[in-house]
Amino acid sequence: MVRLTRSIEFSTSLRCRRGDLSDAENERLYGAAARTHGHNYRLDVTLRGEVDPATGMVFDLAELKEILEREVMGRFDHRDLNTDTPWFEKDAPTPENFAGVIRSLLREALPPGLLDRVTLHQDADTTVEIVEDPA
Amino acid sequence: MIALSRRYHFPAAHVLRSDAFSDEENARLYGKCSSLHGHDYGVEVTVTGPLDASGRIVAPERLDALVREHVLSPLAHTDLSEHPLFAGRISTAENVARVVHERLAGPIERETPARLLRVRIQETRKNGFEYGDDR
Repeated sequence: MVRLTRSIEFSTSLRCRRGDLSDAENERLYGAAARTHGHNYRLDVTLRGEVDPATGMVFDLAELKEILEREVMGRFDHRDLNTDTPWFEKDAPTPENFAGVIRSLLREALPPGLLDRVTLHQDADTTVEIVEDPA
Repeated sequence: MIALSRRYHFPAAHVLRSDAFSDEENARLYGKCSSLHGHDYGVEVTVTGPLDASGRIVAPERLDALVREHVLSPLAHTDLSEHPLFAGRISTAENVARVVHERLAGPIERETPARLLRVRIQETRKNGFEYGDDR
């Protein structure tokens, strides 16, 4: 089995806000992250699989690049997570929740069993990884 | 499996020397590390667990406070080779990773809903050491 990782970077604004809480309650829960701010996110997408003997590849990187462009860059780069995407009306875009949304999008877009993990670096000090169960 | 990593650092001095060896042998074994020097140690703490109602594994400021109390405050601006936490242990980065893991595993498990997955010590930009669960 071989793993391959492709990394992308995108710049996005957000505020951590749960839909069922008031502004004051959100500020208490999330601190400064409850106010509108932004990050230069870096995303590492790792695929796993056997090398296709005909191509010498696990998956065509050009195709992976297209998928990441469509599913991640197109949706999130230079956008606002709260107002430009449908996922954070009820839940806050914590790095855990944001990584979960990206993971769902990529699992849908990729052939089954190919995704190994997504690693979302929110900033230099904070990273969330979601690792799929072994096949 | 979802995991959150936070990164910290602390400056400390150390010298690598084993009482099992002569001065010449220590110099041969540890090279330039056999004379007193220091690092700005990078510490990456990775925890795992279920997401709470706020969409997080743990509130980052709670994890930060535990790391500050149990690791950064006791170790920053000290000589690790003379430090009581390293009694009987040589202050290699391997052992720094073990000490940090031992200091944090209990408090994280007792005081947060999360569990310590692994500790990574970045001794220099070139040398990193991980201790804890295998993925």
